[in-house]
Amino acid sequence: MADRDVSAEPLRVSILSQGSYLIASIHTALDDGQLVRFQRDLIERIGAQRSLGVIIDVAALDVLDSFGSRTLRDIARMSRLRGAETVIVGIAPELAVSMVRLGLHLDLPTALDLEEGLAYLRSLTGTPMLP
Amino acid sequence: MTSTTPDGQAGAEATAGDDLLLPELVAHLRENRTQLRREWANRITDAHLLTSMTPQEVFSEATSVYDNYVGVLETGSVEALQDYARDLSERIIPRGVETNEVVGIVLLLRDVLARSLFEKYHKDFGLLNRVLDAYEPAANRIANTVAVSFVQERERIIRQQADAIRELSTPVLQVRERLLILPIIGVLDDQRADQLTEQLLGGIRRHRARVVVIDITGVPEITAEVANHLVQTVDASRLMGAGVIITGLSPEIAQTLVTIGVDLTKMNTVGDLQGGIEEAERLLGFRVTRVADEDA
Repeated sequence: MADRDVSAEPLRVSILSQGSYLIASIHTALDDGQLVRFQRDLIERIGAQRSLGVIIDVAALDVLDSFGSRTLRDIARMSRLRGAETVIVGIAPELAVSMVRLGLHLDLPTALDLEEGLAYLRSLTGTPMLP
Repeated sequence: MTSTTPDGQAGAEATAGDDLLLPELVAHLRENRTQLRREWANRITDAHLLTSMTPQEVFSEATSVYDNYVGVLETGSVEALQDYARDLSERIIPRGVETNEVVGIVLLLRDVLARSLFEKYHKDFGLLNRVLDAYEPAANRIANTVAVSFVQERERIIRQQADAIRELSTPVLQVRERLLILPIIGVLDDQRADQLTEQLLGGIRRHRARVVVIDITGVPEITAEVANHLVQTVDASRLMGAGVIITGLSPEIAQTLVTIGVDLTKMNTVGDLQGGIEEAERLLGFRVTRVADEDA
């Protein structure tokens, strides 16, 4: 996997900036290499945009393996080190059930959807969306 | 078998075509309808079958079954009987008629009719044998058809009721904006726990709930599997952004949870439903006050 150039592949995650928050939407299931690329890109963007919060939207995912959930947790930890809080949104009922069955503990803040995620970050950072 | 006795002659005729035996049989049963039917009804009463029905009802159903029975022997087609048996089952199942009773009365009819055949043909053993050869498979098929129709009808009713119970068993109710309650009443088995998870997570998404109160006051006991399932459901809800408050844990259930070592640290439990709703309101930022207090 190390010698495969994932940066040449089409983007399966979009990272949008919304005020002082970053919104990352995962569009399809990611393999390990793509997850690593996503992690690197996102952490980079936090610094570049001086973001205070990150929302990762996983509504399109119907499975998440242990590597995926570990990556999400790592992203949250790294983001905090770079000054941004992370919230995971859009976990579908089926995904939630399969995750707890597999014993994957996210130990991350979660919210129902994007709107709830934004509300959560706002309550946490107290920053208005626009200057 | 000799051709000198009258019965022997009848036998010789039948030998010419065994397929004439069944029509002969049917004619015999038609001729003796009144007497055989009464005898059958009497034997049903003697055997204490269909006790939940009045003698008149038993007699009228017996008549229908008898005629259907003869009809099947005549035509060889069980379809009409099948329909009748299903219809009969539908009428008598709600009155508590059991499978053994239904099978019992059909077997009794078979016996009554077989006896009457013995009586008629007892002088000619060979002919009797051939008559029985024709009669027995048909009779067994009839007994089979009636029993199967009855059991199928019963199963259909049981399925229907189970569906109804399943639909009613786990209501997800919204009491305030973003607040759901799930009152659970009755034994929580694996299947119901699965269904509860499904309903709850679906409800969280549909109502955009942020807090859910699961009230298990009405649950008498809980197994280790179901307890773990409950914990998983709480985790899954949290992944969807909703906090869960569990209320109404009975002393027995509290003991079970502690004994089996379920991880309770993440479980938010409150004594009763009222307390749970108050806690949920606090989490959601509602404050409920009496109008009178506000005015004062």
